[in-house]
Amino acid sequence: MAVTQPDMEISIGPLRLKNPVMSASGTFGYGEEYVSLVSLHRLGAIIVKGISLRPRQGNPPPRIAETACGMLNAIGLENVGLERFLSEKLPFLQGIDTPLIVNILGDTVEDYQQLAARLNEVDKVAALEVNISCPNVKQGGVAFGTDPDMAYAVTKGVCQHFKRPVIVKLSPNVTDITEIARAVAEAGADAVSLINTVLGMAIDIRSRRPKLANIFGGLSGPAIKPIALRMVWQVAAAVRIPVIGIGGITTPEDAIEFILAGAWAVQVGTTNFINPKATEEIIAGIAAYLAEHGMASIRDLIGRARQT
Amino acid sequence: MEPEIRNPEPGTQKLMPVFQQIAETIRTEKLTGDIFRFTVKAPDMAAAAKPGQFVMVRPGEGLDPLLRRPFSIHQVADGGLLQILFKVIGKGTQALAGLQPGQYMDILGPLGRGFEYTAGHLHYLVGGGIGIAPLLFLAKQLLKKNNPSAIRVLLGARTGAEIAMLLEDFKAMGLAAEAVTEDGSLGQKGLATDLMTPLHDEHPAMVYACGPYPMLRAVVGLSRNRGWVCQISLETIMACGLAACLGCAVQRADLNGYVHVCRDGPVFNADEVAWL
Repeated sequence: MAVTQPDMEISIGPLRLKNPVMSASGTFGYGEEYVSLVSLHRLGAIIVKGISLRPRQGNPPPRIAETACGMLNAIGLENVGLERFLSEKLPFLQGIDTPLIVNILGDTVEDYQQLAARLNEVDKVAALEVNISCPNVKQGGVAFGTDPDMAYAVTKGVCQHFKRPVIVKLSPNVTDITEIARAVAEAGADAVSLINTVLGMAIDIRSRRPKLANIFGGLSGPAIKPIALRMVWQVAAAVRIPVIGIGGITTPEDAIEFILAGAWAVQVGTTNFINPKATEEIIAGIAAYLAEHGMASIRDLIGRARQT
Repeated sequence: MEPEIRNPEPGTQKLMPVFQQIAETIRTEKLTGDIFRFTVKAPDMAAAAKPGQFVMVRPGEGLDPLLRRPFSIHQVADGGLLQILFKVIGKGTQALAGLQPGQYMDILGPLGRGFEYTAGHLHYLVGGGIGIAPLLFLAKQLLKKNNPSAIRVLLGARTGAEIAMLLEDFKAMGLAAEAVTEDGSLGQKGLATDLMTPLHDEHPAMVYACGPYPMLRAVVGLSRNRGWVCQISLETIMACGLAACLGCAVQRADLNGYVHVCRDGPVFNADEVAWL
């Protein structure tokens, strides 16, 4: 009997993805950094490094530290800013036949609205991912992600100015992530993505100083996967909009766990640093799993671990 | 001829092809207790590599240690061979040191901006400790367009054992190579910069330096006093090597923001970065 290719397509609102695997913001540059290592057109979507209205210099070094099965980072949202993104980075991405999702960040609701309005004019931008969860900057960022009212206000502001899908990226550094998820869903978000990094730190016992100049940083990598999976499970039960799972995904099996927990799609982050071909390998691995288990569509897998 | 550097503004370099190869380890040499020289077969990378560029090596297949480790390219040789020279300092390099000939290494490169060089003036290659690694490759390339007498190699290390074989490698190329050690077990007792102090400035020269930060800062000072252009190779903690993580930031000379060692460097004109 001929083996039919499983259907890997996923729709997040009107956003159609050829498969559920995306590059996570901040781990894939602006796409061009990986062009000689990954077939970019094979990805479900490319999510670029977070963009602010004006360029940001980021935090002083040291900005990263390795920990057991993970890494801490306090990059501080260094980015080229909206105008240079549009003039210098977008032309390359225009040529890639993969949906482009732009991660945006700001200090005020107005910042987010201005970014949304400007990017709404750029057809190539298929969706926005609203970063309300970066733990490494003093203002904005996580402040919006830890207060349901502020999360609501930012989401509402973005949705008013951007007419295609809006994804809101959630912070795990809260007591109850479902409360924030419900607030942004009510404000009109088309999907939520989670988790951003987990706040942590490391100390160098020789110098007796924190390893990061910023003292605290965001933990990512395989170390955080169980936390992320638990939160995806919780949020998938709390909201009706699609959930995109992020956190320590290294292998196809990791991605399948997230989908079984209720994620419609996944993002691959820190693993891109170690294995630049990880996204492609995960796509192939999920397809092989579906075929092996006689499943016709990736959609048959979503939330299957929840069924009793 | 006055040497000059015509590097593009940091952040504006053209992206060059990068290869990921599962490369066979051909030879492992233990130069001393904790310094190793590995030779791998990586033809695409070896063919594209330029002196001063680096590779990112995965320390093992597991998740701990997680990140790749950056190593400057020590040498390339016929047959698609590429060498790295490294010192065991943590669990990543410890794991790597256990690799046996015939086993494979996951290697990414060549990465970053290497040394710029021209001919018609003196070249001073100044290396401290494991920072000597990229200078052998540089010396080889310089010899293609320069008389050996135009190239001076000044090395420093903690002990003679760390450096003896490397010193011989430079000498075997017909170069004037001098070494000092901190314990006096090879050459005079002292630091690599002590070999620079007596140098006169009557001839135009280019200085290429790689080593610990205090050494680099001193070399930059000595070069500036003599009016010599100086290129330095920097080392930082790094996660990706691809300018995606932005973890390897170093302050710009004008203190207005950062350059990134992985893409803007690892080799910089000394005037591009702040010396703190």
